Amino acid sequence: MYLDVIITLLKIAIVFGFVLNVAAILSWAERKQSAVMQDRIGANRADVLGFRIFGLFHPIADTIKMLTKEDWVPPAGDAFVHTLAPFLALFTALVVFAVIPFGDTLHIAGRDIPLQIADLNVGILFIVAFGGLGFYSVVLAGWSSENKYSLLGSIRAAAQLISYELALGLSIVGIVMAYGSIELDDIARGQGQYVLGVIPYWGIVAQPLGFILFFTAAMAETKRVPFDLPESESEIIGYFTEYSGMKFGAFWMGEFIEVISVAGVVTALYFGGWQIPFLSNQGVFIPGLFTIPLPHLLVVLLQVSAFGLKVLFFCWFMLLVRWTLPRFRYDQLMAFGWKFMVPLALVNIAVTGLIKYVF
Amino acid sequence: MEGHGLAVALTFFTAAFIAGLLIFLTSVLGPKRLTPVKALPFECGMEPSGPARVAFPVKFYLLAVLFLVFDVEVVFFYPWAVLFDKLALFGLLEMMVFTAILAVGLLYAWKEGALEWR
Repeated sequence: MYLDVIITLLKIAIVFGFVLNVAAILSWAERKQSAVMQDRIGANRADVLGFRIFGLFHPIADTIKMLTKEDWVPPAGDAFVHTLAPFLALFTALVVFAVIPFGDTLHIAGRDIPLQIADLNVGILFIVAFGGLGFYSVVLAGWSSENKYSLLGSIRAAAQLISYELALGLSIVGIVMAYGSIELDDIARGQGQYVLGVIPYWGIVAQPLGFILFFTAAMAETKRVPFDLPESESEIIGYFTEYSGMKFGAFWMGEFIEVISVAGVVTALYFGGWQIPFLSNQGVFIPGLFTIPLPHLLVVLLQVSAFGLKVLFFCWFMLLVRWTLPRFRYDQLMAFGWKFMVPLALVNIAVTGLIKYVF
Repeated sequence: MEGHGLAVALTFFTAAFIAGLLIFLTSVLGPKRLTPVKALPFECGMEPSGPARVAFPVKFYLLAVLFLVFDVEVVFFYPWAVLFDKLALFGLLEMMVFTAILAVGLLYAWKEGALEWR
C-alpha cells in the first residue's frame, strides 16, 4: 500500500518534472524559433557569471521577475474569482497528464508498474473533460477583471473554445472505433500491431483525416496562432488584460503546458504512443526474419525516450505553425469550426464505420 | 480501481499544490503600491465610462445553446464507438440514422443563419 503511494508519487514527480521543465524551455524555444524564422538573434541577454548558454537563463529570469512583480487585483473586481481563474488554468492543464501513458508496463523486482499515473478506464473522457474545464479559467478571468475588454475577450474566447471542443470530441470518436477502447494505454498497445506485416498500425495510418481534424481542433483549444483571437497579443484585448505577476504567468505557463498536453495526446493517440516500430518486449525484430533480443529495462528506457522525443517534436511543430500562419478573422474562425470541421468530423465517423464494417 | 482513484487524487493534490504555491508566492513576494490611477481598469488610458459588465451580442448565447445540444449528442458516440465490433450491422445502421439526424440539425441551424457572424 505505502509502496503503491510512493511509486505513484514518483511517477507524478517524473511526469510533472518533465512537463514543467519543458514548459519553461518552450518559452525560450518559442523566442528562439521566432528569431530564427524572422532572421533575428532572439533572447540571449540573461547571464549568470558571464555565462549566457544561448539565453537558457531567460526562463529562470522570467520566473523570478513574475514572482516579484506587484500582484494587482482590480479593486472593483471580484478578488476571489480573479485568483481562482489562473489557478484553474494551471490546474486543469496539469491534471490532464494523469492518464497519458508514457511507457509500457515495467517489470521490476517482481512488480508490474504501468508507466501511466492513473490507468483510468475513461481515459479519453478524462482528457476531454479537464481540457474543457480550462474554459472556466477564461470566462472567470474575463468576468472578474471589471474591464470591458477583458469581458469581451473572454466571451470571444469562450465561443471559440466551445466551437472547437465539438470538432475535437467528434474527431476522437474515429480513433476510439479503430482501437475499440477509450483507455489510452489500450490504444497505445493497439498501435503495436502491423498492417500487411510491415506498416505499424499507428493512429495516423488508421485515421489520417481524424488526425488532421484533431490536431487542428486541439491547436484551437490551446488558443495559439492561428487561433489566438482570445489573446491577440498584438492588440491585447484578451481575457488576462488585468493580470499581473505570476497570475499572468499562470495563464502563460498554462498555455505552454496545454501545448505539451496536446503533443502528448497526439502522440498517444495518433503516433504510436511509446511504440517504436519493430521493437517489442523481446527486442528488435524484422518481421518473419530474425529477432535480436534486448534486456527488458533497455526496451522500456528506449520506449519512454521515444515517447519524450515524439512529444518534443510535436511541441516544436506547433511552434513552427504558430510562427508561420497569420491569425484568422473571427467570422472565418467560427465558420471554419462549424461549417468545415464539424461536418468533416461527422463524415469521418461515417466513413470509418463503413470501412471498419466492410473489412 | 481503488488504486486509480488514489493516483488521480494524488495528481489533483500535486497539481493544486504547484498552482496554489505559485499564486501564493506572487501575492506575498511582490510590492503593494496601489495608486488611484493604477486602480482604474486598463482601457488604453481612457477613463472608463459606465459599468464594465456591458451587454454583449445574443449571438454568443445562441452559440452556447447550439454547443450544448451537439455536445450532448457527441457523448452518445463514445459508448457506440467502443462497442462497434459487438454491435455489428445493427449498430452501424443505427448510428448512420443518428448521424443523419445530427447532420440535419446542423444543416437547419446553418440554413437559419445561426452560424453566420456579422
